[in-house]
Amino acid sequence: MKILALDSSGLVASVAVVEDDILVAEYTMNYKKTHSQTLLPMLDEVKKAISLDLNSIDAIAVAAGPGSFTGLRIGSATAKGLGLALDKPLIGIPTVDALAYNLYDTAPDTLICPIMDARRKQVYTGIYCFENHALKILKPQDAVPMTELIEELNRTGKSVIFLGDGVPVYRELIEETCHVPYSFAPAHINKQRAAAVAALAQIYYKEGKMEDAADHQPDYLRVSQAERERAARLAKEENADH
Amino acid sequence: MEKKNEDVLILAIESSCDETAASVVKNGRTILSNIISSQIELHKLYGGVVPEIASRKHIEKINQVIEEALKEADVTLDDLDAIGVTYGPGLVGALLVGVAEAKAISFAKDIPLVGVHHIEGHISANYIEHPDLEPPFLCLVVSGGHTHLVIVKDYGEFEILGRTRDDAAGEAFDKVARAIGLGYPGGPKIDRLSKEGNAYAFDFPKAKVDEAPYDFSFSGVKSAVLNHLNKCRMQGEEIVAADVAASFQRCVVEVLVEHAIAAAKDYKIDKLAIAGGVASNSGLRTAMEEACRKHNIGFYHPSPIFCTDNAAMIGVAAYYEYQKGTRHGLDLNAIPNLRLGER
Repeated sequence: MKILALDSSGLVASVAVVEDDILVAEYTMNYKKTHSQTLLPMLDEVKKAISLDLNSIDAIAVAAGPGSFTGLRIGSATAKGLGLALDKPLIGIPTVDALAYNLYDTAPDTLICPIMDARRKQVYTGIYCFENHALKILKPQDAVPMTELIEELNRTGKSVIFLGDGVPVYRELIEETCHVPYSFAPAHINKQRAAAVAALAQIYYKEGKMEDAADHQPDYLRVSQAERERAARLAKEENADH
Repeated sequence: MEKKNEDVLILAIESSCDETAASVVKNGRTILSNIISSQIELHKLYGGVVPEIASRKHIEKINQVIEEALKEADVTLDDLDAIGVTYGPGLVGALLVGVAEAKAISFAKDIPLVGVHHIEGHISANYIEHPDLEPPFLCLVVSGGHTHLVIVKDYGEFEILGRTRDDAAGEAFDKVARAIGLGYPGGPKIDRLSKEGNAYAFDFPKAKVDEAPYDFSFSGVKSAVLNHLNKCRMQGEEIVAADVAASFQRCVVEVLVEHAIAAAKDYKIDKLAIAGGVASNSGLRTAMEEACRKHNIGFYHPSPIFCTDNAAMIGVAAYYEYQKGTRHGLDLNAIPNLRLGER
């Protein structure tokens, strides 16, 4: 089974091709350039370097959110275009799940806690551990205030590994308020990697969790600002009426 | 893969604002399909286009729209000579969806990619129904985001004579429509209401821009309308919305016509086209047609379906760019403030 995976959900742009238990190629960059200019040229380089026949791919996997709204759409639109042109199914992988999968088979009593900066004092996060060599989701990915997350982790009493682009933003807060043992994942596994997206996608593929390219869209975990403000205004008007 | 015939077939994709659109165009002037998924109903709730909502809707619809365009044209991706896509100007998040999608298809099927300027698309809409129209000609582009008076010197070659200094013409329509309670989008609603009103009930000021005879300014006339409405409300006078709409529309149309005709005469151009969403305004069409007839200028305008955003016009523009050798790479980016003629 051959999976082509893309991740442009955050600052990292990453492309990978995984065939069965072999990572054939991975190209990951964490640099200022915009994903719309880098992602496809990166894929093109990978394709040329490994003489990839795009038609030999079984599915196209993409980090499907949460993340930067624009970044997610660049990844999704690229995946959808590939899916349409190659007539291949898509597999949308929750971004935070894929981040957690970087730390495969961590000791069962250790929690994995990816944090992505979601602005407005929130992080996109989830709480995970590994059980019987499988990723177990203890708290599904969501947008959560960072202080709330730390309180929740403190209540578990378990040690935790943090990773993700939220670490530099909240390192101080963690150091001040996190009372359980914690550590920060090192550079090679602390950000999005398309290889992890591909590896999780292999499991999804076997479980039949594919979607038609036409139906795929990112899971933003948040409504747009305009919708949020409109909902708040309507709720206010509703209250005023009663 | 072997191509079926000698025709040049282009798939075009447009997602610069609130319309997700795809089209297949043959030899630059024959529209084989023109699929448009409009989001207007969604944005009405907010009184205007919300960029994030527009972008989300684009990604939801884009594959269906493209598949429908191919199916209706009865072609496959293997038949295509190029993919044209709008890469500016427009809403960056919205543009990016079309650009990323087009690049991915171009990459996967090894089809040449041609980035298209949205306004070049609007101008090119005139070629669809006027097989005889060829450059040079003068074009007035009027929409919710743009007001340009342009000499089309050749395919893809432009000289901008004038542009708006503040609001786009369509933007002024939207703002006035909101002020008299008509809602979004304002252009068609004002146009309809104008037919019931007295266009000479009020004389709103028509601003001239010093030393730039072809430039436009619509914030003055818009403010004058808003002030008039405020004054009526303060003094408890009845507001005759139809008269306000008709007078406002007349003032805007008169400026557009005067500038366009003056430019045509100054530059001795005997063909004048209009393009963009406001080009479907019946008041503008009638007035421009009359003025052109009076001055012996040939008048061209697209059908309303080709005035508002669509991908057919992008396909037409892409064809002429393709013929000139324009190709874009996989690093093509969306450029929200792309200038006309820039590549």
